[in-house]
Amino acid sequence: MTGLLHQIASGIASGAIYASVALALVMIYQATHHVNFAQGEMATLSTFVCLTLIQAGIPFWVAFVVALLLSFAFGAVVERVLMRPMMDAPVLASVGVFIGLLLIINALDGWIFGYTIKPFPSPFHSAHAMLGGYVSPHEIGATALTLLVLVLVWLFFRFTTLGLAMRAAAHNPASARLCGVRVNLMLSLGWGLAAAIGGAAGIMVAPIVFLDPNMMSGILLYAFAGALLGGIDSPLGAVIGGFAVGVLENLFGAYVVGTELKLTVALVIIVAVLVIKPAGLFGRAVHSRV
Amino acid sequence: MPALLEVRGLTAGYGETNVLHGLDFAVEEGGVTALLGANGAGKTTTLRALCGTIRRAGEMTLGGARIDRTATEDIVRLGVGHVPDGRGTFMELTVEENLRLGAYTRRDRAGVAADMERLFGYFPRLKERIRQQAGTLSGGEQQMLAISRALLVKPQLLLLDEPSFGLAPLIVQDIFHILRRINTEERMSILVVEQNASLALDLADHAYLLETGRIVISGTAAEIRQDETVRRSYLGY
Ligand SMILES: Nc1ncnc2c1ncn2[C@@H]1O[C@H](COP(=O)(O)OP(=O)(O)O)[C@@H](O)[C@H]1O
Ligand SMILES: [Mg+2]
Repeated sequence: MTGLLHQIASGIASGAIYASVALALVMIYQATHHVNFAQGEMATLSTFVCLTLIQAGIPFWVAFVVALLLSFAFGAVVERVLMRPMMDAPVLASVGVFIGLLLIINALDGWIFGYTIKPFPSPFHSAHAMLGGYVSPHEIGATALTLLVLVLVWLFFRFTTLGLAMRAAAHNPASARLCGVRVNLMLSLGWGLAAAIGGAAGIMVAPIVFLDPNMMSGILLYAFAGALLGGIDSPLGAVIGGFAVGVLENLFGAYVVGTELKLTVALVIIVAVLVIKPAGLFGRAVHSRV
Repeated sequence: MPALLEVRGLTAGYGETNVLHGLDFAVEEGGVTALLGANGAGKTTTLRALCGTIRRAGEMTLGGARIDRTATEDIVRLGVGHVPDGRGTFMELTVEENLRLGAYTRRDRAGVAADMERLFGYFPRLKERIRQQAGTLSGGEQQMLAISRALLVKPQLLLLDEPSFGLAPLIVQDIFHILRRINTEERMSILVVEQNASLALDLADHAYLLETGRIVISGTAAEIRQDETVRRSYLGY
């Protein structure tokens, strides 16, 4: 029983990370109808930047905020420089650009920061484990922070005029332009925001999984499974899907397939959703607009 | 006095092909100009060219200022409200969010609130459905929403792309009656594009007939209504 509770609790903790990255994927998917395969590597880069700042003696939370601001700027620049010229390109060409970006950032990380696996400090230290030892203080802190980020993002999109304009630009760019919305700028902001959300997830997961250039590759797969499960065009669905995948992964890992095969859980979910319900649990049925 | 909108030698098209071959027309301040023509004549293309959503060339002035090189988002800010082909509804957003987007370029909150109330006077159904997803509205309600969205820009000029398209005759009557009021009571200048010539000529003071990207007849609404070709081909009597 305690084992089960422990598995669920730590499933929720990793689910929060998947939920963040899934949300970042969905935000970009909604605006561009492409899945940003480089989202994970961009988050890893943010995490390396954060670690560099911390090692330079900057307090954790200052480094955290600065790293997210830099991630935002980097995301916006990637959209402007790499994605904008690809706007009308065939899908396969865009996929090529995403994969290229993934490989470049990965190689860059290795070249600048090295391939050795690095420990990453947690801002949530405490001598003893909490809640009867089911979860570590870091897991609780990271989950709370991730939830806070998700709530802030939701409030932003739901209640601010800029958030509304970004949603309008994603749903119906032609009509948004006729309302005076600067659609290209909204796309850049969307990429920036997605990069910052992914970066926060990377920094929160690094103390658990340790930092190396490939830190996010497995996480991206789980996040993608979560986004698909929730519905690739539904931000709320992506968040719920991310948590669900986190819990499922832990339960299956502990009781069914063993931890060695946990990653297959993600693959099975991806294939199952695509075969059984491509729109996901919360998404609308896929229809191409003419 | 020059007209509010003056267009000279407008050419426009998609990709390599030109659809419009040198149009000249105008909309008077406070007036209603109709652009008539069969399906495929280039009416929608003309409105798109005015708003800069497609490639275009020629001389276009709004209130004396050139707009032929201005970006769409800035043309909106100069005061052009566009009810586009297909109505341009943000289907996934609520009616209220659609309206807020109409007022996106404005900073005068009180003015926007007052304008919304005035529009609800014209279209009470929108107020009833304010929290509803816009995709659930009927065609007529979506047309009312599109007109309201465009008017919330607080435009000098309102562009209407086939406001009667796909709607039941009674609703069309309603909408044209309200457009008439908006023109007379608020002195809103309107450029309306229609396949339904008799409807548009009732509203308009000036009209142009478009055939395959060229203006073939122009004049006051009364003159156009008397024109033999227009009567035979477009009015059906
Ligand atoms: N998006 C487009 N791409 C290419 N050609 C188009 C497009 N839209 C319209 N056309 C062409 O332009 C011409 C004029 O169309 P349009 O302006 O829509 O006519 P109308 O609004 O008068 O019915 C037609 O021949 C049509 O096929
Ligand atoms: Mg048309």
